[in-house]
Amino acid sequence: MVTNVIHVLLLLLMPPLLLGIINKTKAWFGGRVGAPFLQPYYDILKLLRKGMVFSTTTTWIFRIGPIVTLVALLIAGLLVPMGRFDAPVYFTGDLILFAYLFGLSRFFTTAAALDTGSSFEGMGSAREVTFACFSEPALFFAFLVLVKISGSLSLTPMLHGPANGFSVAIAAPVVLIAIGLFVVMLAESCRIPVDDPNTHLELTMIHEVMVLDHSGPLFGVISYTAAVKLFVLSTVLLHIIMPFEFLQDWANWLIYIFGVMGVSVLIGIVESIMARLQMRHVPYLLISALLFCAFGFILLIR
Amino acid sequence: MLSLKLVIGAIAILCVSGFPALLFSSKSQFGQYITVFLSVAGSLLGLCGVGLAVKANSLAVLQTKWALPWGQFSVGIDSLNLVFLILIFVIPLLGSIYSLEYWNQSKHPENGKKLGLFFGLLAGTMALVVIAKDSVLFLIAWEIMALSAFFAATVEDENTNVRQAGWVYLIATHIGTLCLFAMFVLWNQCTGSFELDPVGKISSKAGSALFVLALIGFGFKAGIMPLHVWLPGAHANAPSHVSALMSGVMLKMGIYGIMRMTFLMPVTNLWWGSVLLVVGVISGIAGIAFAIGQNDIKRVLAYSSIENIGIICIALGLALLGRFQGRADWIYLGLGGALLHVLNHGLFKSLLFFNAGAVIHAVHTRDINLMGGLAKKMPYTMLFFFLGAIAICALPPLNGFISEWFIYAGLFRTILNETGQVLPFAALGAVALAMIGPMAIACFVKLAGAVFLGNPRNDADLHAKEPSHGMLIPMSILALSCLVIGVFPLFLVDVLKNATKLWAGISEVSISVVSFVPLQLISVIAAVLFFSILLIVTLFRLWPEPKSTVGTWDCGYANPSNKMQYTGSSFGDSLVKLFSFILWPANQKPGITGVFPRKVSYKSIVTDTILDRLVFPVFRVAGRYLPMVRFFQRGQTHAYVLYILVIIIVLLILGI
Repeated sequence: MVTNVIHVLLLLLMPPLLLGIINKTKAWFGGRVGAPFLQPYYDILKLLRKGMVFSTTTTWIFRIGPIVTLVALLIAGLLVPMGRFDAPVYFTGDLILFAYLFGLSRFFTTAAALDTGSSFEGMGSAREVTFACFSEPALFFAFLVLVKISGSLSLTPMLHGPANGFSVAIAAPVVLIAIGLFVVMLAESCRIPVDDPNTHLELTMIHEVMVLDHSGPLFGVISYTAAVKLFVLSTVLLHIIMPFEFLQDWANWLIYIFGVMGVSVLIGIVESIMARLQMRHVPYLLISALLFCAFGFILLIR
Repeated sequence: MLSLKLVIGAIAILCVSGFPALLFSSKSQFGQYITVFLSVAGSLLGLCGVGLAVKANSLAVLQTKWALPWGQFSVGIDSLNLVFLILIFVIPLLGSIYSLEYWNQSKHPENGKKLGLFFGLLAGTMALVVIAKDSVLFLIAWEIMALSAFFAATVEDENTNVRQAGWVYLIATHIGTLCLFAMFVLWNQCTGSFELDPVGKISSKAGSALFVLALIGFGFKAGIMPLHVWLPGAHANAPSHVSALMSGVMLKMGIYGIMRMTFLMPVTNLWWGSVLLVVGVISGIAGIAFAIGQNDIKRVLAYSSIENIGIICIALGLALLGRFQGRADWIYLGLGGALLHVLNHGLFKSLLFFNAGAVIHAVHTRDINLMGGLAKKMPYTMLFFFLGAIAICALPPLNGFISEWFIYAGLFRTILNETGQVLPFAALGAVALAMIGPMAIACFVKLAGAVFLGNPRNDADLHAKEPSHGMLIPMSILALSCLVIGVFPLFLVDVLKNATKLWAGISEVSISVVSFVPLQLISVIAAVLFFSILLIVTLFRLWPEPKSTVGTWDCGYANPSNKMQYTGSSFGDSLVKLFSFILWPANQKPGITGVFPRKVSYKSIVTDTILDRLVFPVFRVAGRYLPMVRFFQRGQTHAYVLYILVIIIVLLILGI
């Protein structure tokens, strides 16, 4: 019970902090002081107090899009275990539901973008759906590896698999899918080298350009949702790059929280030392992620 | 037994439903009312029969002799064809109501009666196909079905495109039927009878030959790649409710055929399942890639049918692998997933075709690049279209997700328990499904966005009107059934379980479904999803902050026009380029020359690779060289008699 309460609280409260950590890391690399860690919270709270402006072109899809996306991702977040603790909800086959809830959020984000009739937002949603066609099979190959390692079809035991039965035989596949999943995470949460959350040139963006017309509280929901997505995917990745545990519960919670923050630092470092790829090269990056995960699977079953 | 009699009565009524209208004048609407009344009555009668059969869960068979030298009249209902019968009676019921408004006799005096006649005949003969227990009866019903579909799809035969699509369909369906003739003759050789009764043993060679003939013969009807050549054209050019019936139900007759033939004999080889699975993967990925490249609303839907047939084949392939390996759980999840997807695809694809019909009715074009902003003019059509699109993308909480969940669960279980030859195929199927999912999202976001969202791109869009209740009610029923199956899937479990028991020849499925796919949980999750969304939406409604409206942000450009919106083809462009090794898009790119260049135009179309680059060239070459054989066709009777004489003499010499 306590575990579930902590899970839900962390899921609801922690995500914006990750954005703060990424920005702080980037500031440190750039030799700046940077915004405070809690800046994303202030931004979201401020947006919630602003008025909303709607385009005359839009319909209910535009208004409901960010909300469906948020709810779908929060439910997906309930299916992923945090650290050594079981997820609040887990059952056989929940990995499919997890992947398809991401699909539901993508459907509504991209449809809401098209609802404005702006060619910029059309461009963004076209890129989003295109890149998903390669990141999702990569995710499934990684799932196949985890299914094989853990002998289970539910996310909670699957993600605990590498820690429970760590052996030399699974080391190589786990490393390969860790690389693949890291790229998938960067792509899905729209970070460099796939997308640049800081640029304001519409032609070069994916996620930011899809939400150009959202404003006020709805835009606050979108910013928050982006952070939730990053948080959930970091949680998934953490199981694979840190497959170990402590005996005490409090130590496990601490290592989980610091682990997620560490992933954010890692993203900050990647963003500081890399440039964004050209849009036409992004599919190749994602295909290489797919190949990493596929080779991981082949190594495991050989 | 009563259930079977009701179904036979329903078939008789559906088959004759269009005949009384022939007595009335072409302009009189009274005849159409009678046609629709008879189809509705027949379908409802059939549904009563199906309901009784589901409740009683007993097999009913009826046999009588007939005057033909071969076969006999033998029909029966079992748990395998029940699922198909549901679809066969639901879609014509709604389709005929829809046609009252969509294809009103007073607006189409030249072909309304013909369409009503063949629509009913198509529905009735499809039901006869699935209940036939004798191969001769099956073939007769199959042929009438194929021809009725031809006549129903080509009612607008004054149009060249329609005639060409009709010809391609007619040739393709007859090549398929030819394979079926060969298959049933071989069946007769092996079993000594034309009856379709299960046999306990069959030699590996004969079984494999039967399977290959079934795969090709029924594959033409189901539209698996590369036998799909007739499908996009025929679906696009038929009236929308006929497209719905063809795509939602008639394609499934091919799937039914493969299911029935594999039920009748034991699975003798491992490769049956693997081949079907690989065929499914090819149809699935190539089908949806072609769908993304299309700009004709109905061609998009037609190619997406090929994709869904591919998904069904993946599931059926898994079930065949399970039969060979004796794994009840793979069979259950594979066959259950295939049957459920047959039902689900029938529902949401018919819904989308009805929607497409309503849109075409309103804006008089099928080109999605000329549509746009219809959401404001046709809000209900748009709502139902979005529900259909979410369902076809297999997103929770609609019905498409449930069937794909079954299939994924089966494939993942196979991967979990298997180390041998089956493993790579299961992994291929799972990853292919994972690729088809986001591609379907790309395809349907493109379609929904280009048609309903944004600003109007054409004058016709400004005058578009919501269709009347006659068209909206059938759509709402289909949308509602997609939602009900998606949220409360448990009620279908028994039907699927009985079908699995029959197909696999096992008396009891010892495993419980909910341990593989916890269907009761999906209802809870759907409820959480709905109520959370409702809660947040209400919060936003009550939000005190001011709301205002202006135009879309145009990046400071002073004079944006509606033509500058992202069109459907621009949306699909990046994926079309990435898949150009399958799609071979044809681009006509004029260069800009001179100081004052003239107006130029750019054209990019995705044609059907198989049809336009393989089939048509082969037929053209055949057309060029085969006229030499025409020498023999002299048009003189005595020459023909001479040929007969020569051949008889040759046969006598050969001593056959």
